[in-house]
Amino acid sequence: MISERHINFLTLGLLVLIPLWAYGVDEPFTITLMTRAVIFALAAVGLNLILGIGGFVSFGHAAFFGLGGYVMGILAWHAQNYSPLMEWPLLIEGTKSMPVIWVLSILLSAFLAFLIGMVSLKTSGVYFIMITLAFAQMMYYFSISWSAYGGEDGMSIYVRNDFPGLNTLDPIQFYLLCFVILMAALWLMSRLVKSPFGLALNAARQSPQRVQAVGLDLHKLQLLAFVISGAITGLAGALFADLNRFVSPNMFSWQLSGEFIVFIIIGGVGRLFGPVIGALVFVGLEHFLGGISDYWHIYLGVILLLIVLFSKTGVIGLIGKKEVHDD
Amino acid sequence: MTLLSLNHVSASYGSSQVLFDVNFKLASGEALALLGRNGMGKSTSVKSICGMMPAHGDITFDGKDLTRLASYQVARLGIGFVPEGRRCFAKLTVVENLLAAARPGYWTHQTVADLFPRLGERSGQVASSLSGGEQQMLAIGRALMTNPKLLILDEATEGLAPIVRQEIWSAISTLKSETGLSLLVIDKSINEIRKVCDKAVILERGATVWQDKMKNLTPEITQQYVGV
Repeated sequence: MISERHINFLTLGLLVLIPLWAYGVDEPFTITLMTRAVIFALAAVGLNLILGIGGFVSFGHAAFFGLGGYVMGILAWHAQNYSPLMEWPLLIEGTKSMPVIWVLSILLSAFLAFLIGMVSLKTSGVYFIMITLAFAQMMYYFSISWSAYGGEDGMSIYVRNDFPGLNTLDPIQFYLLCFVILMAALWLMSRLVKSPFGLALNAARQSPQRVQAVGLDLHKLQLLAFVISGAITGLAGALFADLNRFVSPNMFSWQLSGEFIVFIIIGGVGRLFGPVIGALVFVGLEHFLGGISDYWHIYLGVILLLIVLFSKTGVIGLIGKKEVHDD
Repeated sequence: MTLLSLNHVSASYGSSQVLFDVNFKLASGEALALLGRNGMGKSTSVKSICGMMPAHGDITFDGKDLTRLASYQVARLGIGFVPEGRRCFAKLTVVENLLAAARPGYWTHQTVADLFPRLGERSGQVASSLSGGEQQMLAIGRALMTNPKLLILDEATEGLAPIVRQEIWSAISTLKSETGLSLLVIDKSINEIRKVCDKAVILERGATVWQDKMKNLTPEITQQYVGV
């Protein structure tokens, strides 16, 4: 049994050592696999704020992931085709600049989260799950019908976008970029969770009425958490689209929303590194079990079942000390 | 100066009316006891004040009408509420419970720890691992962290060991004498209430039936309306 802090350091060590080892032995596929895990982890870190701390099971976070992806895809597609995104009333050109794409992905995902949150956070439980799912499905079907940007086939971007001073086509450099963003998101999350805002959000999950009795506007509190959550997941979507150089309606799919939830359950609900561990385990199983059988989801289901049955706090709860279980 | 005023207040749980005609006033810096047998509407009156259930009639606090406000808006006007049964945020530590409720003012987790040294000693402990008395102290501390003008205590010493009750009454007394905080107290400990409160209001079947200065609350009256 080891402490949660040690589990976190161990995870951090794996995130650094595996890509470095892969770089050393010239295994770019492993680096790409780790990049995929890190991006999924980022998406789930965003979801963990509203699910793990806020107690709202959003089954529609793929809406933000997909939106981030399409922001990247649309901007890059216009840039590579030298066609402006809009000519009137303002001339808006496409861009291949990652920082610009990230900022827009964050802003637009935050705005979408604000709209969805305004409606969905007035409900709770199964109604909240269904409303968030419905919004994500609306985005999914909209993207399918949006033939200007590939419709059902999606869009390919020929060259990965640019980041000043880096060769983003080099897998290790793109990995490091994603890793740094994940670390920044984890740092932000650790600060948020211990801030009065995070504590109030946590308290609201335990007792909404008592939180209001101490003067906190519950709806604003949860809406802000949902907006931050959506923005982080949107950023992950932009990175994922850049990783694959491809966006498609699948980025909005309910299966993906479900996978984000699964990452958090595997790692540990409400735990800082829970989504990271969950994403690493999931991507690892997807790769290794996928090599053994096409029906690897069955094995994953069994593993998930065992984790849920034996630990309420996922892998962290299983291998961590007693106090980890109790929280 | 009147801080809190209830005039002809009525309230219902669905079709079942619980409050019929509650009337009382509380001046700034005053401590008022709300007395009555179980089920007479004491807690419901407090919930109506705190915006936790809809009420009819006039409820004003510091000159503002409370009847249309949500509970968080009422709390922000300066009403701190310690609910019956403690109800701390079980999975947060003592300090986290306090910080989650913090608003700027005199009360910080340090001043709360000065009032309840036990809480200072257990600042890193999760609320669910505290004793009942410590949880009650935490519930009072959490309400104080909102830096209220009026503190409402609903059965703050119920079910606690005598020595812990004494500690809490001593803290309530300190709050009144040293900080000038207005208090609205619901409790069954008439002897302790007599020491702390300036006035008393008695409710019977959802209506005010007696109110006066504490010195005029005779044993006959408490026997008739409170049963002690």
